[in-house]
Amino acid sequence: MNSVIINLFYLVAALLFVVGIKGLTRPKTAVSGNRMAALGMLVAIVITLLDRQVIHYEIVFAGLALGTLMGALMAVKIQMTAMPQMVAILNGLGGGASLGVAAASYFSFMATDSELSSATLIVANCAVMLAILIGTVTFSGSAVAFGKLQEILPGQAIGFSGMKFVNLGLLLASLAVALLLITGQAGMGGFILLVALSLLLGVTLVMPIGGADMPVVIALLNSYSGIAAAAAGFIMGNNVLIISGALVGASGIILTRIMCVAMNRSLLNVLFGKMAEADGNSIDAD
Amino acid sequence: MEAFIILLSLFALAVFLGVELITKVPPTLHTPLMSGSNAISGITIVGAILAAGSGDASGVIVQLLGFVAIVFATINVVGGFMVTNRMLKMFRRRS
Repeated sequence: MNSVIINLFYLVAALLFVVGIKGLTRPKTAVSGNRMAALGMLVAIVITLLDRQVIHYEIVFAGLALGTLMGALMAVKIQMTAMPQMVAILNGLGGGASLGVAAASYFSFMATDSELSSATLIVANCAVMLAILIGTVTFSGSAVAFGKLQEILPGQAIGFSGMKFVNLGLLLASLAVALLLITGQAGMGGFILLVALSLLLGVTLVMPIGGADMPVVIALLNSYSGIAAAAAGFIMGNNVLIISGALVGASGIILTRIMCVAMNRSLLNVLFGKMAEADGNSIDAD
Repeated sequence: MEAFIILLSLFALAVFLGVELITKVPPTLHTPLMSGSNAISGITIVGAILAAGSGDASGVIVQLLGFVAIVFATINVVGGFMVTNRMLKMFRRRS
């Protein structure tokens, strides 16, 4: 189908997301807001299926069928009390999907063996690395959050006071590897290292947070998964991914802040505060 | 490069829109809003479909990664919207 028509439908989908998010902020309109957003997603998926770039439908439909079945089963079976875990796991899968898309783009760039000459390719490469970094952190961070809420992992904060320096070190190391990959000085090994470092960073970011702060972390990770989707949009030059990713990323940050305020805490306090306090006497004191 | 500037403009404007959309949210709606916007972040499914359906020319690994990404994103989308709907219905019954 004509790319102009496809992009117009993507615009419709993006507008439905805006209306949907707005609706979800008010009790009266929340149900219809959620439906609007779901409708927007349906529009985006159907129009993507009509894209000329999609040649092999078997794989696509198999993936859609499997995902729909699993998603619907999870949504119906899950206990109402287990909602935070459910959101955590769904969020992690969203981050994982962005990682998958970014990795697929990385390999198709490698396959086409394009020279690093044009500015467009540098932008696309930067976006690939960002999507991999943020998507992977979202993935492993959400997995840890799920583990804590499901009580597979100990629920309280685990870590030591210098944890934030470890996180900073991991972040800088990931960015350094990403830079080497962008400039073409690192290959497959660098790619695996980047994914490994990001996986670890997601774990060390969420480990030191516990107890009542977990919903705030999930809101923050939700925001990350939006940014990862936007980064994936920059890779493909796709407007609906960029708009919706930015919407979720920004609204997620604001929601995180609102949740912090509701708990009478600052975001920095939630993220780093615990370990600085005297051995966690405030952790489960509610 | 010009295309990048347009995309960057879209991104910047959407960030501001996202900030402005969320003003006062009653605490009961925190979790449904989080879960609903989480389902929207599953929009990365568009990228996944394009990667998985790109054909043999792009190689097996690209198609495989695309397939995994479709499954993950679809669970995110379908599960996310359904679970949000369930949560909201529960609130309605209670009030």
